[in-house]
Amino acid sequence: MARNVSPSRKTAITFLAWSIGLMMFFPILWTILTSFKTEAEAIASPPSFLAFHWTFENYLEVQERSNYFLHFLNSVIISFGSTILGLLLAIPASWGMAFVPGKRTNNLLVWMLSTKMLPPVGVLIPIYLIFRDTGLLDTRTGLVIVLTLINLPIIIWMLYTYFKEIPHEILEAARMDGATLGAEIMYILTPMALPGIASTFLLNVILAWNEAFWTLNLTAAKAAPLTAFIASYSSPEGLFYAKLSAASTMAIAPILILGWFSQKQLVRGLTFGAVK
Amino acid sequence: MISPSVLLLFGWMIVPLALTVYFSFLRYNLLIPGTHEWIGFMNYQYFLTDPAFFEAMKNTLLLVGGVLLLTVFGGVGLALVLDLPFWGQGVVRVLIIAPFFVMPTVSALVWKNMFMNPVNGLFAHAAKFLGLQPFDFLAHAPLFSIIIIVAWQWLPFATLIFLTSLQSLDQEQMEAAEMDGAGPANRFIYVVLPHMARAITVVILIQTIFLLSIFAEILVTTNGGPGCASTNLTYLVYAQSLLQFDVGGGSAGGIVAVVLANIVAIFLMRMIGKNLEA
Repeated sequence: MARNVSPSRKTAITFLAWSIGLMMFFPILWTILTSFKTEAEAIASPPSFLAFHWTFENYLEVQERSNYFLHFLNSVIISFGSTILGLLLAIPASWGMAFVPGKRTNNLLVWMLSTKMLPPVGVLIPIYLIFRDTGLLDTRTGLVIVLTLINLPIIIWMLYTYFKEIPHEILEAARMDGATLGAEIMYILTPMALPGIASTFLLNVILAWNEAFWTLNLTAAKAAPLTAFIASYSSPEGLFYAKLSAASTMAIAPILILGWFSQKQLVRGLTFGAVK
Repeated sequence: MISPSVLLLFGWMIVPLALTVYFSFLRYNLLIPGTHEWIGFMNYQYFLTDPAFFEAMKNTLLLVGGVLLLTVFGGVGLALVLDLPFWGQGVVRVLIIAPFFVMPTVSALVWKNMFMNPVNGLFAHAAKFLGLQPFDFLAHAPLFSIIIIVAWQWLPFATLIFLTSLQSLDQEQMEAAEMDGAGPANRFIYVVLPHMARAITVVILIQTIFLLSIFAEILVTTNGGPGCASTNLTYLVYAQSLLQFDVGGGSAGGIVAVVLANIVAIFLMRMIGKNLEA
């Protein structure tokens, strides 16, 4: 609100807002701090906040013991792979619906979205059995296929709302000036659509990175992305808080950074354009 | 141009769903190979009369309802604060949105071990410091603990959407209300809330869709236990089919879950469909 408030009131609000912000962020901050402690310090009572012996040992040990990098790579391949594949399928579809809408376009869009409403347990068993019989269980290919399909409706919707905002008149003007179809796509449509495509890409990498139903059910050891790898810490032996924290920090850091870039698009993407 | 996507989505939705329906009428257990006997509605009869089903239904409703309650009220409150003028708005927004980007298995394990653990968790340290008995959250209040974890993950989402909605509120309308002598409470009830009604509905519907399918948080914290105390419908179907290998029974449960989700989905689709025409 662009209203003038007294400095003392602003200070009070600042204090309140920062306390809430820090409280929400605290579990993440605590995880990051714990990842630099030794195992003994990680469970010490009373816990120390900053005055502990900082060490990078946990990060090395996590990599050494469990081949962390493989799972990280799986996450990267699965999330980027499924997003790129999804975009390749979705760009022509959204393009068509935004620029050459037919009578059924709206129904088609709503129907596509409805596939997203299908609870995954409704199709878990057939997919599991099909994957088992075709050798796709615990493979990156299998997960890329599944994640592409579950996120395709979101990608199509996001792109559609972005493409819709490109004014048709610009295309007509270009055509009047004698632009060929190729030039039209290269010089007018692509630059105008690029920001929308980029934010769609970003949001979908995040969603795919954090997807934890299919990744947990369809992978074992080889193709397990970070979601499934971290889950293996649910029944640990011995001291493990610091290592759990190190593994978790590495798993969430890349996506936190991407996420902060995409927070504006998040609202639009996740509400399918219902709130802008 | 549209057809590849349509065909793929159609295949993805219809083929497995048809198979699930088909399996749900069979006596089909992966441990007893070769038996695919047609048994009609027997699986549904067993699944729907199983005491675990009632417990799972109750837990599903409590989980969805509890998280919605916390995130909608909390989200409106947070959005109202964040909409006020203060120093460092950008940074605070970033801090508040962060939990939404944490993968479910990480947030569940961090909360389970580093906060709720009765010996080494921070809550236990705090209790000991205050001279209280540490509370074993996941053993004695498993569902409540999971609600807290999930609410922490979804509160940023609700807050962000409410904030977006608040920021599109017409400032002149607020000033007009103020001139007419409406106090802060009245302005909130008669101007702000009606404006946010749409955002609130959208948050409730979208979260419900996702919350009905909560799975990872339960798997890594309680495994649905103790007993069935934190088993929701999704977890029950998973346990039935992939832990007990009862494909027929699990499929029947899956279809029940689909029917439930559809009831919510119909409302959501109507809202979004209307939005398209506008």
